[in-house]
Amino acid sequence: MTIALDMSRRSFLGRSAAVAGGLTLGFHIPGLAGDKGAALAAETTPEVNAWVVIRPDETVVIRVARSEMGQGTLTGLAQLVAEELGCDWKNVTTEYPTPGQNVARKRVWQNFSTGGSRGIRESNDYVRRGGAAARMMLLQAAANEWKVPVGELSAKLGVITHAASGRSTTYGKVAAAAAQLPAPADVPLKDPKDWTIAGKPLPRLDTADKLNGKQVYGLDLKMPGMLNAAIKDAPVFGATIKSFDATKIEGMKGVRKVVPVGNSAVAVVADTWWQAKTALDALPIVYDTTPNDKVSSETIAAMLKEGLTAKEAYEGNKAGDVTAALGSAAKKVEAVYSFPFQNHATMEPMNATALYTAERCDVWCPTQNGEAAFAALVEASGLPADKCDVHKINLGGGFGRRGMTDYVRQVVAIAKTMPGTPIKLIWSREEDMTHGRYHPITHAKLTGALDAEGNLTGLHMRISGQSILSSVNPQALQGGKDPATFQGLNPGGAEGAFSYAIPNLLIDHAMRNTHVPPGFWRGVNLNQNAIYVECFMDELALAAGKDPLAFRQKLLAKSPKNLAVLNAVAEKIGWNSPAPEGVHRGIAQIMGFGSYVAAAAEVSVDAKGTLKILRIVAATDPGHAVNPQQIAAQVEGSFAYGLSACLYGECTVKDGRIEQENFDTYQIMKADEMPKVEALLMPSGGFWGGVGEPTIAVAAPAVLNAIFKATGKRVRNLPLKNEDLRRA
Amino acid sequence: MARLTINGKTIDVDADGGTPLLWVIREQAGLTGTKYGCGVAQCGACTVHIDGAAMRSCSVTLDSITPEQKIVTIEGLSNDSSHPVQKAWLALDVPQCGYCQSGMIMAAAALLQQKPKPTDEDISTEITNICRCGTYNRVRAAIKQASIG
Ligand code: FES
Ligand code: FES
Repeated sequence: MTIALDMSRRSFLGRSAAVAGGLTLGFHIPGLAGDKGAALAAETTPEVNAWVVIRPDETVVIRVARSEMGQGTLTGLAQLVAEELGCDWKNVTTEYPTPGQNVARKRVWQNFSTGGSRGIRESNDYVRRGGAAARMMLLQAAANEWKVPVGELSAKLGVITHAASGRSTTYGKVAAAAAQLPAPADVPLKDPKDWTIAGKPLPRLDTADKLNGKQVYGLDLKMPGMLNAAIKDAPVFGATIKSFDATKIEGMKGVRKVVPVGNSAVAVVADTWWQAKTALDALPIVYDTTPNDKVSSETIAAMLKEGLTAKEAYEGNKAGDVTAALGSAAKKVEAVYSFPFQNHATMEPMNATALYTAERCDVWCPTQNGEAAFAALVEASGLPADKCDVHKINLGGGFGRRGMTDYVRQVVAIAKTMPGTPIKLIWSREEDMTHGRYHPITHAKLTGALDAEGNLTGLHMRISGQSILSSVNPQALQGGKDPATFQGLNPGGAEGAFSYAIPNLLIDHAMRNTHVPPGFWRGVNLNQNAIYVECFMDELALAAGKDPLAFRQKLLAKSPKNLAVLNAVAEKIGWNSPAPEGVHRGIAQIMGFGSYVAAAAEVSVDAKGTLKILRIVAATDPGHAVNPQQIAAQVEGSFAYGLSACLYGECTVKDGRIEQENFDTYQIMKADEMPKVEALLMPSGGFWGGVGEPTIAVAAPAVLNAIFKATGKRVRNLPLKNEDLRRA
Repeated sequence: MARLTINGKTIDVDADGGTPLLWVIREQAGLTGTKYGCGVAQCGACTVHIDGAAMRSCSVTLDSITPEQKIVTIEGLSNDSSHPVQKAWLALDVPQCGYCQSGMIMAAAALLQQKPKPTDEDISTEITNICRCGTYNRVRAAIKQASIG
């Protein structure tokens, strides 16, 4: 196994030099995660196992399969390996294996896909075992050398000691011998309460280069002889190009080639990207007309409205008899909510670089899913898989968008027309905004039954709108039903269980898909489901004459983890004592991505209707917490993302195309509006939940509930920018 | 040919006069620390200093710059990440993906140059860069830390 990886490393480096005439890329290029020498070390130092390489100078190279896009998984996963390895954290560096190597080694690194807050919650077990197995092999190597039973040895900070004889050695000295040993069969793991590296608020491993411009993102790649491409896909999804007149731009400065890509896009290849973009903007393109040309936000809204009362719907959660409960209710409460399309708007626009020759094809790109990018590359290049590879480059944000592979297919298609020339494809912000994979659009109608005492006896929640899976992964549909739609609403399960005990319940989905392609958008369906449920809970509490917190507490009596985070934020914000003059509070909770989260917000709204979000208290129970300071950063970031969506996020459709083309019309929340966030981390142990996404879901409902208190206005349609918040 | 002074070095570049300074810096000068985010002066990812003032280089054209004007990019802020803003950023582990951070740091450094002890209000008005990862609160804390040295 060792040999296989070393071979592919060597062949990659050798090949690069041969094919591209010597890439002057140093070690920024082959997809190493912020590491400067690991490729060389891996060439000369055999790995202890797939996860760990230890160089003679004691440097510990930890391999990370998931993509770092800001969420801190690189540091967190390395902490878990290092914890079990028992090395000195100061010596740790990281590298990304490639998807091609993963295939060649029968997926020894398992899943590369980085989304759904799964990095740590799904791979914690096998990466820790990787570290623990390496430690056992290193100890065994020392035991063999000293001819003593391995049980007499101990290891700490990368130093192995034999107390009986007073001998000691280091990981770096025995690593080569350890690499020759068989992997141990039985690999016990530490009790998390004994952790010394994991669980600690360590600084990230990848910060230094982000402070001085050295960090190389996909957009920054340079290769000898490289040309730059700009692309324009049909503005109406599903449209095709009728014609374009390349002669109009062929003489422009720097332009090398005008390339049709598929039947809907055209790219211009030039010496610089600015030249390519300038020429592309001047290229006359005529598109065919399609039925989609007539689709608008209004026609989509009408379609979704119809779904709210349609007969047919997929059931996601059902208990008792909701029709009977509504029929016999002392009081019925009904409300309709909606949530718009949103663009991920990563700060780094989509991009990828490809080098195609008759023999092979390599792609360098920021991707959340190296293996999906690899599959797209193999298919688009038409070459055998062992002649292709994807090299992950650091991501300037992902948020779900970079799990898709559209830009990989495009760059390979362009590079195929220019064999031997590296092509860097960069999307303009306008291209990125109008060719996203949008947060799905849905409406929801909620009907609740209260008895004479104000108890919630029944709830029907009808969702109408888009299914992500039917667009992104239709094989995952279950008899036509999209289970992902019910995130946070499921009867059970780690992805999001509906935790309120309501005797009569029906949550169903009338699937209404549009020509606007949906995608996984940070927080996914938990986002709008939490808004619908948590705002409606406040509406129900009001109708029942109860306090929103007390109303929830009663329904969550059998859900202690939900209750714990809810009570924690209530206590910290001072729920039961009066808020300062002019300040109003709202609260929300949900379970999703394996974690339990709650938020409380304080807002003020002045006479002009100007909203100020003053303070957020957020609580997270992710089971085990691997890096508390990074979790705090994720929680803060989640509020920036979730509140930006709540305040401003909306893509509208006119004549079949997305109207918002840049940040002037797709506004993003900035520092001036970012509230103070107090993050309470409450790891209760015994399970592994994600932290990159769940708190996004409680951001908007906590604020919307506080706005209701401040204004008496119940905002049911997002974003807030479209609402007049002056007190009615 | 146009002549520019970037990070103390004089360079001659061959690009159309209408080319945004951002792309001259990235593609002609080869300094890729300055980022493209929007191209329309909305996000601040492209922020550089021109004669000490923070400017959004995507919206400054090459022909509007004279050789005497001093352009400083993130690469030229300090030789060894020793600028007080960079030090505070490191201490508070500010960046997430990091893509917006060159622009954030350049904007923060210009603010501190102008107002060594900025108030919260100053930070809110002057730091109008977009960060999609949501590092705003650490950015604010790090500016304050840098201001007390
Ligand atoms: S790229 Fe210049 S402000 Fe966005
Ligand atoms: S750190 Fe990612 S956009 Fe700011």
